[in-house]
Amino acid sequence: MNQHFPALIIIVPLLAAFFIFAISWINRKLCFPIAVLALAISFLSAIALLGMVLKNGPVEYRMGGWPPPWGISYYVDYLSALVLVVVCTVALINLIACRQSVSREFADKIGPFFTLYVLFVTGLIGMVITGDAFNLYVLLEIASLTGYALIGMGKGDAALFGLNYIFMGTVGASFYLLGIGYLYLITGSLNIADIASILPGIYGSKVVLVAFIFCITGLFLKMAFFPLHGWLPNAYTNAPSAAISLIAPLTTKVMIYVMIRIVLYLFTPSFSFEALHVASVFVWLSAVAIVMGSLLALGQKSLKRMLAYIIVAEVGYMAGGLWLGNTESITGAILHLVNDAAMTLCVFLAAGTLMFKIKPSLTGELQLDDLAGSFTKMPYTMAAFIMGALSIIGVPPFCGFFSKWYLLSGAVTAGHYEFLAALLFSSLVNVVLFFRIIEIGYYEKPDHRADAGHLIARMDEAPLEMLIPLLLVAAGLLAMGFYTDDIVTHVIRFAIPAGIV
Amino acid sequence: MKVVGLIIILLCGGLLAYATTDFPNWGDPTSPAAMHVSAYYIENAVTDTSVPNIVTAILADYRGYDTMFETAVIFSAAIACFLLLRIFTPKSSQSRLYRHIATGITLRIEPGGKLPEKSDTFERIDSSWVPHDLIIKTACRLFIPFIQIFGLYVIAHGHHSPGGGFQGGVILGASILLFAVSNDLRSTISRMGEKLTAFLCSAGVFVYAGTGTLCMLLGANFLDYGALASLLGVDPVLARSHGILMVEIGVGMTVMAVMVSLYYILSSDGKLNEGL
Amino acid sequence: MHDLILTIISKYNYWIYIVLLMIGLYAMMVKKNLVKKIIGMNILQTAIILFYISIGAKKDGTLPILLHTHHTGHHLVRAADYINPLPHVLMLTAIVVSVATLGVALALAIKVYHQHGTLDEDEIHARIRK
Repeated sequence: MNQHFPALIIIVPLLAAFFIFAISWINRKLCFPIAVLALAISFLSAIALLGMVLKNGPVEYRMGGWPPPWGISYYVDYLSALVLVVVCTVALINLIACRQSVSREFADKIGPFFTLYVLFVTGLIGMVITGDAFNLYVLLEIASLTGYALIGMGKGDAALFGLNYIFMGTVGASFYLLGIGYLYLITGSLNIADIASILPGIYGSKVVLVAFIFCITGLFLKMAFFPLHGWLPNAYTNAPSAAISLIAPLTTKVMIYVMIRIVLYLFTPSFSFEALHVASVFVWLSAVAIVMGSLLALGQKSLKRMLAYIIVAEVGYMAGGLWLGNTESITGAILHLVNDAAMTLCVFLAAGTLMFKIKPSLTGELQLDDLAGSFTKMPYTMAAFIMGALSIIGVPPFCGFFSKWYLLSGAVTAGHYEFLAALLFSSLVNVVLFFRIIEIGYYEKPDHRADAGHLIARMDEAPLEMLIPLLLVAAGLLAMGFYTDDIVTHVIRFAIPAGIV
Repeated sequence: MKVVGLIIILLCGGLLAYATTDFPNWGDPTSPAAMHVSAYYIENAVTDTSVPNIVTAILADYRGYDTMFETAVIFSAAIACFLLLRIFTPKSSQSRLYRHIATGITLRIEPGGKLPEKSDTFERIDSSWVPHDLIIKTACRLFIPFIQIFGLYVIAHGHHSPGGGFQGGVILGASILLFAVSNDLRSTISRMGEKLTAFLCSAGVFVYAGTGTLCMLLGANFLDYGALASLLGVDPVLARSHGILMVEIGVGMTVMAVMVSLYYILSSDGKLNEGL
Repeated sequence: MHDLILTIISKYNYWIYIVLLMIGLYAMMVKKNLVKKIIGMNILQTAIILFYISIGAKKDGTLPILLHTHHTGHHLVRAADYINPLPHVLMLTAIVVSVATLGVALALAIKVYHQHGTLDEDEIHARIRK
């Protein structure tokens, strides 16, 4: 059984998804338990895989028994094992927390919703764990398709913005496929390790350069890197709460993981950083992304839209951390990937809980003013939200501080002071954003007007089923802050390949 | 916007054209793409899997893992359309149209009214009903069994001729769509209902993933069909051929059910009461 | 100059796919009707499929289906006689993915039509702003 964990982690959710759809026609109440069971098994397999990798080094699993590059092989190294644990944990916690809002929003389509949920998680797990470039494309498309459908189910103009997301996401995935095609043309192989061994002989070829550009552009489109971020705020604001608290923490982070995998492991650092000289350009672009994301977040009146723009800024952190190119900045990028998934989950779960309890105003979006008086009526939810906010700002001992510290020191080492300035600016803006929420929630009395369609908000604390996972995640932010040193020295240090200074 | 679009595509097109100067020549048998991995496939497919159609051997055995996820992609497309568009309206709240066969007068029965489903003087019609389609109905009824046999042939002969699960599944699905187009949607749904279609969707992918899990339970890696040798009583090479057939059948089932289900939902606007 | 013309003529298949790709991308960016954008998306994906297939061509190669395998026993198979089967396999997957994306995009377009009564992007944005 030990050696089959890499297969189990993805087969169990896949089989469960098909089973959930079939069983939803017979008995709807079974859908949720089966989904929880499947994601719990994945979670345990992810932990077991991390343990195996920590003890014995990277694990390889051959699908169909064929050795690579003739068959598809899974390659679990330190980086993948860490991101796998993150993905499985976020998916499981979110599933438990969102049961009530799902039964309220999708009463008769609960079976297809959970099927798509589990398929989305399967796609993400497969993307992280695979060692084959074309397999990555197929799993990318699974995750994308299910994401499009989950987002398109929202209220208001979710269908239009979901369609816009489809267009930009398909162009991104097609560019990635084109890049892989160029690499296949010039190397003849599809396996990541195999391509990386063949490429050093042909670095000067124009084909490799264009393949690099198209792969990276496609990934930028999918991770909402400024200026290709236009789809993200609209799509994320209108989506249903249960779906968005799964998609928002995970999609962009896994795309960053794919970019790290391609830049550091496929095109090795000797190509990405030394043969090409685009790294500085990308660092500048990341700095602009951070500044623009923060500025645009300032002008928003809707809570979810503000959080969506904060995600755009966070993507800038991680992309800049990778392209700065030294050990501290890449450590910061990987650590921020882990931390940001947790922080985003925390704030989006809190926003979903607030939306579940407070009936929002006419536009259907939860405005910041709707939060008046929430500190007294929903103290635990707001406490968790504030812990997430402090972590995003970067206050010790929360985990956000440590990843920002690594990014800052990496920027100083590389001499990119514009990135340093952008990081500090963004932290200041985050302080303004979240203290505004604290002020509205703590000092203003709850609004009992009954005019212009603004429904009377009767707030009381959220149900325990939604509250306990939220508090668990908030506590996790603290715990990850304390264990940062362990994570860095035991896992992340080995995830950085040899060519980085 | 047009100017920005033009600039972007000139840039992209120029970049791609710039790269073509370094491409290997078209049709060169010594290019890297033709030498490295593909040469192994062509030379060893029959000795490894005893399947002469090399494309099927790669699709279902060497890279069978990709194909399983491809089937999952088409399954999730069906689920997505179901989630997005399906509207459950109770039968009693729909109005129905009836036509008096002798005189041709059409009656509309509002919800709550009573008229029996089957009667000699009245026939139930759709809002898009047209007369005089005896030739189409009869011709299609004659065609459909042959199309289905051909679809089954394509699935089963994927080993020796171009074909396989996807192609055969689409042909099978097309035969049912032909019936739906020539007759009306309601009679198609009465023959192949929504629950049966949903069950076939899941069952097909389950067969694929289940074959892989069976191989895992018998001790080998996931989707390693050689492990089925002990179960089927043949040598490992022939077991691979049989494993490929099993997964192709699963794929065919899913693709057929997905085609039918997508047609049902898209043509009836999610309500599944009357269609094109 | 002579070399350039020779290069263009000998690799004309790649030029065709680039033109198709750019047509699809232009349609997606510039057209206002949602269905035309979806068609552009399909053209983009089809162009990439054509590119992969043209990688797999070989001069004087035949279909990658071995004949007479049961009669002649161990017949030496030479890779240069058969066209490259791997791009065909990859593109089977890509075609299925493009069909699935088309299905989901059409479902969302139907939802947009139900809500706004039009498929023209400019009109829809005007209605949203009101």
